[in-house]
Amino acid sequence: MCLAVPGLIKWVDGMAAQVEIGGVERTISVALTPDVRVGDYVLVHTGFAIGVIDEQEALETLRLLSELLEGSAEECLFSSTGEP
Amino acid sequence: MRYLDEFRDPQLARRLLDHIWARSTRRVCLMEFCGGHTHAIFRHGLRQMLPPTVELRSGPGCPVCVTADRDLDRAIAIARLPNVILTTFGDMLKVPGSSGSLQEARAEGADVRIVYSTLDALQIAREHPDRDVVFLGIGFETTAPTVAAALLQAEAEGIRRFYVLSLHKLTPPAMRAILDSGQVGLGGIIGPGHVTTVVGSAAWEFLPREYHMPCAVAGFEPLDILRAVAALVEMAEEGRAEVVNAYSRSVRPQGNPVALAMMERVFAVDRADWRGLGSVPQSGLTLRPAYARFDAALAFPVETGPSRPHPGCRCGDVVRGVLDPPDCPLFRRVCTPARPVGPCMVSAEGACAAWYTYGQDDEDG
Repeated sequence: MCLAVPGLIKWVDGMAAQVEIGGVERTISVALTPDVRVGDYVLVHTGFAIGVIDEQEALETLRLLSELLEGSAEECLFSSTGEP
Repeated sequence: MRYLDEFRDPQLARRLLDHIWARSTRRVCLMEFCGGHTHAIFRHGLRQMLPPTVELRSGPGCPVCVTADRDLDRAIAIARLPNVILTTFGDMLKVPGSSGSLQEARAEGADVRIVYSTLDALQIAREHPDRDVVFLGIGFETTAPTVAAALLQAEAEGIRRFYVLSLHKLTPPAMRAILDSGQVGLGGIIGPGHVTTVVGSAAWEFLPREYHMPCAVAGFEPLDILRAVAALVEMAEEGRAEVVNAYSRSVRPQGNPVALAMMERVFAVDRADWRGLGSVPQSGLTLRPAYARFDAALAFPVETGPSRPHPGCRCGDVVRGVLDPPDCPLFRRVCTPARPVGPCMVSAEGACAAWYTYGQDDEDG
C-alpha cells in the first residue's frame, strides 16, 4: 500500500504532470508537491507525487557508502548527526 | 541516476554486510514496521545474509492486514447496497470478512471496482453522476493525503455523490501500542520510508526519547535497508538510541508540509480499531464535520452484527510481531494465497504472503 517508485518529471501542467517510470510514461497529480519542476525525480504513490528526491543527498549517501571501508564515513552513515 | 540500480550495488551491499558482521556481537531483534520492507527483505534474500545475532520481525505496516473485521464487514455491506459503486485498491478484494469478501460480493452482483488511484475513483464518480461512488479509504499517512486531495477536488468540482469510507490509520500510535504491550523484546525499529517522507523523521523522535528505542528510517532498496540495519546494530552495540535518517534522499525531518496540511484540513484524528492491536487512541483519521457530506460512514449507516473472525487465524499476532507466519498452524497447510484465511496472506505487503512466496519454512527452525 505504501509502495512508491521514482519517476522523472517530463512536463507539468497545473496540478497534473507526466512522469516516466522505467520507460513508461503516465500522468500523475502533483497536488502534494506543487513546487516540482521538469527534470525532478519524484516518489510516485497511487497516482500522486508524495515527495521530491534530493539528488545531492543520494550522491552523498553513495559516496559515504563507497568510503565505508576506510572508516571515516561511519559517523555520517550510522548516527543522527550525519544527516541534516 | 535512476534511484534504483545504484542502491542495489552488490559491492556496496557486501561492504555494509561485512560491517554488520564485524560490529554485531549481541543479539538484537529489529522490527521492520512496513510490510513493503518485509517483502523487499525477502525478495533480496537479506535475512539469510545477516549474522545470526540479528533477527528481523515484521510489524503492523500493512494497511490491509490491520483493517479490523468489523470495518471490512461494513465495507462489504455498503458495497451490497443498491446504486453503490464501491471502489478500492486491489489488495482488499480477497480479504475474507465475517461473511465473504468483496470479491464474493462482486460475484453476487455488487458493483466493486479496483482502482489504482483515488483519482480513478473520482473519474468514476464524474462518469456516473446518478450512482453513489464510495472509495474504501485504507492506508497510512502515505495514502491519506492522496484521499484528501481527491476529496478537495470533488468539492471544487461540485461532485455530489462521491464518498469516502475512511479507515485510514496513523503509524506512530501503532508503534507505541506495540511497545506499550511489552510482548515483543525489540532492540530497534526500521522506520517506514514512505510514511516518513510524508510525516517527517521528527515524528519518530518519541522512540528514543520515551522508550530509549533506536529507529532508522529506511528506503526500499537493499542498500537502504542494510544501511538502516547497520545503524541499528551500531546503536545497539553502543547502547545509543537515536532516530537515524537512512533515506535522506527522500525523507526530511519535517516531512512533506503540503501533504500534511491537506491531510489536516480534511481529516481529524480519532480512535481506530486495528486487527491485532484492538482500539488504539488517536490512531485513525475520520472526516472533519466540514466534509461530513463525503463521509460514507454517515451516508450509509449499515448494520453488520458482531464480526466472526476465523477461529484459527493468527494474523493479529503476526501484525503485532508476536508470531512469525510459519508458526501459525494454518500457514501453508490451510491458508495460502489462492485460499487465504487472513489478510496477511492476501496483501502484497502481508508478512504471511512474503514468507509463503520467498521464505523457507525450515529457516525458522
